[in-house]
Amino acid sequence: MSATSTESTRHLTTKSNAGAATNLQADQRQTTRRRTRRRLAPGRPIPGYRLLGPVLLLAAWVVTSAVGILDARTLSPPWTVVTTAGELIADGRLQSNLTTSLTRAVIALVIGVAAGVVLALAAGLSRIGEALIDGPVQIKRAIPSLALIPLAIIWFGIGEGMKVTMIVLSVFVPVYINTHASLRGIDSRYAELAETVGLRRWEFIWRVALPGSLPGFFTGLRISVTVSWLALVVVEQINATSGIGYLMSQARNYGQTDVIVVGLVVYALFGLASDTFVRFVEGRVLSWRRTLAG
Amino acid sequence: MATYAGRLSAPPAPDIARLAVRTTGLTRRFGDRTVLDRVDLTIEPGEFVALLGRSGSGKSTLLRALAELDHDVAGEGDIDVPENRSVVFQDSRLLPWARVLPNVVLGLSGGPGARQRGVAALAEVGLAGRERAWPTELSGGEQQRVALARSLVREPELLLADEPFGALDALTRIRMHGLLRELCERHRPAVLLVTHDVDEAVVLADRVLVLDEGRIVLDRPNNLPTPRAHRDPRFIEHREILLAALGVGITQDDEGNAEC
Ligand SMILES: Nc1ncnc2c1ncn2[C@@H]1O[C@H](COP(=O)(O)OP(=O)(O)O)[C@@H](O)[C@H]1O
Ligand SMILES: [Mg+2]
Repeated sequence: MSATSTESTRHLTTKSNAGAATNLQADQRQTTRRRTRRRLAPGRPIPGYRLLGPVLLLAAWVVTSAVGILDARTLSPPWTVVTTAGELIADGRLQSNLTTSLTRAVIALVIGVAAGVVLALAAGLSRIGEALIDGPVQIKRAIPSLALIPLAIIWFGIGEGMKVTMIVLSVFVPVYINTHASLRGIDSRYAELAETVGLRRWEFIWRVALPGSLPGFFTGLRISVTVSWLALVVVEQINATSGIGYLMSQARNYGQTDVIVVGLVVYALFGLASDTFVRFVEGRVLSWRRTLAG
Repeated sequence: MATYAGRLSAPPAPDIARLAVRTTGLTRRFGDRTVLDRVDLTIEPGEFVALLGRSGSGKSTLLRALAELDHDVAGEGDIDVPENRSVVFQDSRLLPWARVLPNVVLGLSGGPGARQRGVAALAEVGLAGRERAWPTELSGGEQQRVALARSLVREPELLLADEPFGALDALTRIRMHGLLRELCERHRPAVLLVTHDVDEAVVLADRVLVLDEGRIVLDRPNNLPTPRAHRDPRFIEHREILLAALGVGITQDDEGNAEC
């Protein structure tokens, strides 16, 4: 029933509630079974449900190490990893390398995400922009970043500039692709509306294009955050003198598998944490959407 | 009443300078199909005109031409419309990512003043207190009322509406008719209401046009006193003449056929 005014809606709702109550009584009296149709969308979210998978994985690691299915030489047991992490923290190596890695990742993410959004807007809102930008980005996408490293070293040296540039080049692509796709998918009727209410170009970008492409932007951002960690590993294992990747490649030289696992756990924790953070922001910003995510 | 029937000539020469709408020789083509064929149309300030026509007769094409939304459509002719005009579409076309009030004041300049006008416009359409609702939280009728508020908050000289109630249920539509009449009497914009509902046209409009094969084939004033009752014999006469012009006449009365 479509509401015609708030007043009448309230009236009708009260009435139909009363009706439902009487029906329920009747049902109980006749003890008829009430069948409801099975819903196809997933039900309401369970609190903390996203942690369930990771926790099960951790439990499996603990149990298989404890009963000896998992050999310590294959994968260090969790308690050794905790002890090693404690030692690394005590002598300050974990913190200092982590800070270096985080700084690189954050700087590259900020630059890469901004570049991805600007390029997506330019390509999505003008034909010339699309002609100039979209092709090169697709080409960049087809070239593995790893293959660019030798050239990047020649061009930018082996300093921070090269590392950040390499991460930026990996990070901006998912943001660009998804934001651009989402922008292109905005219903053209909204552009028509913007014309009839006389929006100027920047108002159109701010009120229509940007908010309308946010769903794609967030998909891209989540991929980009993960990609930034992956790119970090790659660049830090080549010619680096600091960072988590450096810590791990050194450990490899000395055969310290426990340190390698500490590095992996750090990546895992930060990967999960940053993804959770982005999802949280996404949920807040896109609260207008009615989706299966709930 | 019968004297109105069949009047195809222009009404007593209107003062051109103060017309709300004037088109001369308006032609629009899609491919080699001429959808509007040299349409001459005038609407006076504050006049409420309904445009009837079969599906595909070019009503939306005409309205979009007046709204200057038909960028890539071939055609010629002169269009004179006020700069300050609003459009109401069949879908409410609210931005789903903006709450109700920002939707109403979309594109209005003037900061807090605009906000106040938006709140007042929402109150006028009976949605006071819903400023912070999301469009998806509103019923179809409520969404369309927000769209009306968005149009009227601009105090337009010309309101163009393309089947604005077409997607609503019958009960809601009747309420919306009342609301639209009331709002138009208060703000007095010139109105061009596109509809395929003959009763809607007779209930609301001061003048009813019928578009067929790209031409205006009937231009009929409607000065029945308001509120207009469906059982009023003059209402029935209007309706039959219009239906005949639309090619679905029920009675074989001579006047009706004279229109076609
Ligand atoms: N963008 C378009 N491209 C091609 N043909 C169109 C387009 N818009 C409308 N038409 C055609 O023009 C005719 C009139 O359309 P329209 O004005 O929407 O009719 P109405 O609103 O009266 O139902 C229809 O036959 C339709 O198919
Ligand atoms: Mg139409």
